[in-house]
Amino acid sequence: MSADDAGEHRRAGGAPAEHQVGATPPGGGRVPHGDQAARSWEFGRGDGRRKPRGGGKRDESVMVPDAEFQSYYGRAVLKAPVWTHDIAIYLFTGGLAAGSALVAAGADLTGAPTLRRNLRLTCLGALGASTFFLIKDLGRPERFHHMLRVAKPTSPMSVGTWVLSAFGGLAGAAAVTEAAPLLPRTGLLGLGRKVLPAAGSASGLAAAAVAPALATYTAVLFADTAVPSWHEVYRELPFMFAGSALASGAGAGMLLAPVTEAAPARRLALIGAAVELTAAHRLEEGHGLLSEPYTQGRPGKLLRAARALTLVGVAGAVAGGRSRIVSALGGAALLGGSIATRFGVFEGGVASAKDPKYTVVPQRERVDARGSAKEKRHSGIAVDEDSSAREG
Amino acid sequence: MVSENSLFGPLDPAPDAGYEDAPPRVGFFTDTSVCIGCKACEVACKEWNAVPDDGLNLLGFSYDNTGGLGADSWRAVHFIEQPYGVGNKSAPFASTPTGPSGTGPAFDVTAAGVRALPEQDRLGTGVETSHEVAEAARQASGAQPQFLGMPGAEPPGRGGGAESRTDFRWLMMSNVCKHCTHAACLDVCPTGSLFRTEFGTVVVQEDICNGCGYCVSACPYGVIDKREDDGRAWKCTLCYDRLGAGMTPACAKSCPTESIQFGELDELRERAQRRLEQLHGAGVSEARLYGNDPEDGVGGDGAFFLLLDDPEVYGLPPDPVVTTRDLPDMWRHAGAASAAMLAGVAVAFVSSFFGRRR
Repeated sequence: MSADDAGEHRRAGGAPAEHQVGATPPGGGRVPHGDQAARSWEFGRGDGRRKPRGGGKRDESVMVPDAEFQSYYGRAVLKAPVWTHDIAIYLFTGGLAAGSALVAAGADLTGAPTLRRNLRLTCLGALGASTFFLIKDLGRPERFHHMLRVAKPTSPMSVGTWVLSAFGGLAGAAAVTEAAPLLPRTGLLGLGRKVLPAAGSASGLAAAAVAPALATYTAVLFADTAVPSWHEVYRELPFMFAGSALASGAGAGMLLAPVTEAAPARRLALIGAAVELTAAHRLEEGHGLLSEPYTQGRPGKLLRAARALTLVGVAGAVAGGRSRIVSALGGAALLGGSIATRFGVFEGGVASAKDPKYTVVPQRERVDARGSAKEKRHSGIAVDEDSSAREG
Repeated sequence: MVSENSLFGPLDPAPDAGYEDAPPRVGFFTDTSVCIGCKACEVACKEWNAVPDDGLNLLGFSYDNTGGLGADSWRAVHFIEQPYGVGNKSAPFASTPTGPSGTGPAFDVTAAGVRALPEQDRLGTGVETSHEVAEAARQASGAQPQFLGMPGAEPPGRGGGAESRTDFRWLMMSNVCKHCTHAACLDVCPTGSLFRTEFGTVVVQEDICNGCGYCVSACPYGVIDKREDDGRAWKCTLCYDRLGAGMTPACAKSCPTESIQFGELDELRERAQRRLEQLHGAGVSEARLYGNDPEDGVGGDGAFFLLLDDPEVYGLPPDPVVTTRDLPDMWRHAGAASAAMLAGVAVAFVSSFFGRRR
């Protein structure tokens, strides 16, 4: 949309120009007062440092008002999340840890030693990465242990801290027991060589029991915020993250185990992908205005890439029974799809918090629907004009 | 103690948080109809609470060079310039609309300022962007560069007599943390750093906060924020230290027009209702209270307002709802998704399991 279009749109959609707040009739009338300070400031600074951003291109995303809603100088109502991409990465690694723990437990029960060993180790690696990125994202990383002062069901992050701690101990123990074959056959350590696999099974199964909580609490973590597009999708998000976690765990299995052992992983890949894609579809289509951030800009690109990669992974899972290479490529695509899903959801929410439209419009519709518009605004004509402006 | 309204609905927060014999809940009533935009509240707050500076900025948003609440701005005065019919919408002027803010050339100017901010959502970081603002201002007004002397210091319509009057009005509002009855920031805090005081207010303990940032995303008003160089979250404490000593919070103490009124919340709500009726009686029919209703989405604000236009014009959300209202339902959905995960794994492995037995 060009600048002229934006201006046209404002005039078309809004009240008559002379009544618009802050509006100055083009080529005459009052000088907008906000600019006086700005202009004199420019001369005060002379030709000081000037940083053109975006190559001088007008960023139309800031031009959103289009007279459809009112705002304070177009500024965001909410503070955008201060979380960095560390948290998006953690969504992936946490999901991968949960998914691979589940696949490892299944492999353990069905007698697939390579799949079990490699996914327990994958789980351990993902756990380490999760812990690292979670602590790195804190404003005061040295105080990470303050998370352990309290257990608060109203705080998904507190719940998640305890879930991750429990899961970490169990999954970590299961991974460590994979070292049993390295122990000598005799002596005290030889005893360990005999006992460890059983202990590994027990802790691995216990970890698998906790794993779904690890994979889905992050959805509640995001949904339990004022971020419009995260909160709105709270019913779909746990399923999306659950499917994504299963797909990534299954993808790791396809990548790291021979095709004979990976058959259940390929089946799980189909299940996980189906759940993820279904939930993603509802996320992107089912919430009107608040779905929009997931379909536009970078979040839109990321989620489209996620869908494409997941579909490639599905194809790999279908065709991977005979070829290790096809299976591995499919697994890698599933992992990539999971990463893109997490980044897409993360960035979609951040975008929705930065634009006042996503905060104001749904809330204003709620207020108007309650009929309080007539109580709160005492001029019937003004109400009519305002509501038609919004609809237009 | 914990009740069925602990997450949503009318509630007296201090007893719900476990205080026995809690003192009456206190708060602010900010009557914007008498605010003169002097910013004494901002200064008093900074002085008393030793809040660091948030930059020497010229943002181009009227006289608002604070840019809104943040980690380093616990009171922030907002300025809105509006064409507004005389007569306060009394009968002859009833059809004079109050249009949306932020449109026309002035909007391009402010948009340029916003656009140029390093992080569009970050507040109080505008110095580097003033050039872009000025550039856009000049383009919008078509003016040639010229020395203007001091920035305009007089509101329009001040010069001369009635013939120079315009349809202009100025809205000013001193924004502050709302100290919600249902405070999402407090509920989601994973360290217990945010807590409910005996006065029913919400305060961050800076020696506990580890800067996880959850409260920032949870606040429906965009109040609390992380201080970049410090890593922790900061916001208005409603001068918890002064309350403990029986003193009035610094901003209310310094307000020369009593736009900011401090007191027991019940009494403030009555006073606000009387003021509203007074204004309506005087023909200011657009006056409305904001955040005073214990039945609203956050259970009523500890700091509420009398506004003269829609809340969103002041940068306030029109109908905020505490996110934790839906938390039980969120956990239920997460539980269902967890069960689905286990079922999926069982389906994927079941044939291998029985194949192994055979």
